[in-house]
Amino acid sequence: MEMEIPYTVHARPDTGLTNGKIGIWLFLASEVMLFGALFATYIILRVGAPTWPRGHDILNVPMATFNTIVLISSSVTMVMAWASLMRKQFGRFRLFMGSTVLLGGVFLVVKYFEYSAKFHHHLFPSTSTFLAIYFTLTGLHMLHVMGGMVVNAYFWGPGAKLWKTDPVHFAARVEHSGLFWHFVDLVWIFLFPVLYLL
Amino acid sequence: MSDEHAADIDRHVRTYILVFFSLMLLTVITVAANFLLHLSVAGTIALALFIASVKGSLVACYFMHLISERKLIYWVLGFTVINFFGMLLIPLLTESDKIHY
Repeated sequence: MEMEIPYTVHARPDTGLTNGKIGIWLFLASEVMLFGALFATYIILRVGAPTWPRGHDILNVPMATFNTIVLISSSVTMVMAWASLMRKQFGRFRLFMGSTVLLGGVFLVVKYFEYSAKFHHHLFPSTSTFLAIYFTLTGLHMLHVMGGMVVNAYFWGPGAKLWKTDPVHFAARVEHSGLFWHFVDLVWIFLFPVLYLL
Repeated sequence: MSDEHAADIDRHVRTYILVFFSLMLLTVITVAANFLLHLSVAGTIALALFIASVKGSLVACYFMHLISERKLIYWVLGFTVINFFGMLLIPLLTESDKIHY
């Protein structure tokens, strides 16, 4: 017997939210604490260090600025993908969702070149405290970008079958994956000045 | 899709595009201010974090639709924000209470 998962489309009467929506927000709350712990680590390392390099002396600011623009653009394409589903324009959804995945890929390629340049110049996490926290924060963020890309690619490809049978449920899923993707963008908005400019 | 619903989505889309250009402009300002304004370290940190906070708020409010979310989500996030700032405060308090050998 197949059991239906409750409140995936219609809101629960007590919370006024679907289970998916409350679930993703609770997950994002835990993510805030995860990155918050690392930001706290950054602060304790920085204020405790006798000297601390300015990010732009070691890191590539133009590359990071470009990546900021890429990630902001991907956030817009993500929200446009959701808006396309709301307008029942599946073709446009595919276009915007595909662009989001592609822009995520561009971000990772730029990051690959950035990391390669660092390793080429023998700058490793073990080289200094600054580089240790830089690789930890950006590495964890990159893992989030990869995770988001996998989920978004699934909804662009095989997961999109749900649109034919249950479009409201599909739009809700896309909205939830969008919330995660915007969170990834939001984290980068803070990582960029903290690591590269300050 | 009703005309009212379609108009509502169109209004959302116009907001998203406006937010997108605002985020781009703020990114340029962040980088330009860092290289053109010769502020103290404290001033640079304050300005960069202020602009980042404005950008973060735009993403959270409009892309993540927090501006029109249910009360329960605000409670969850409010509790998270309190814990987040508490966690950031711990290292600063520790630093101000150093043991001198």
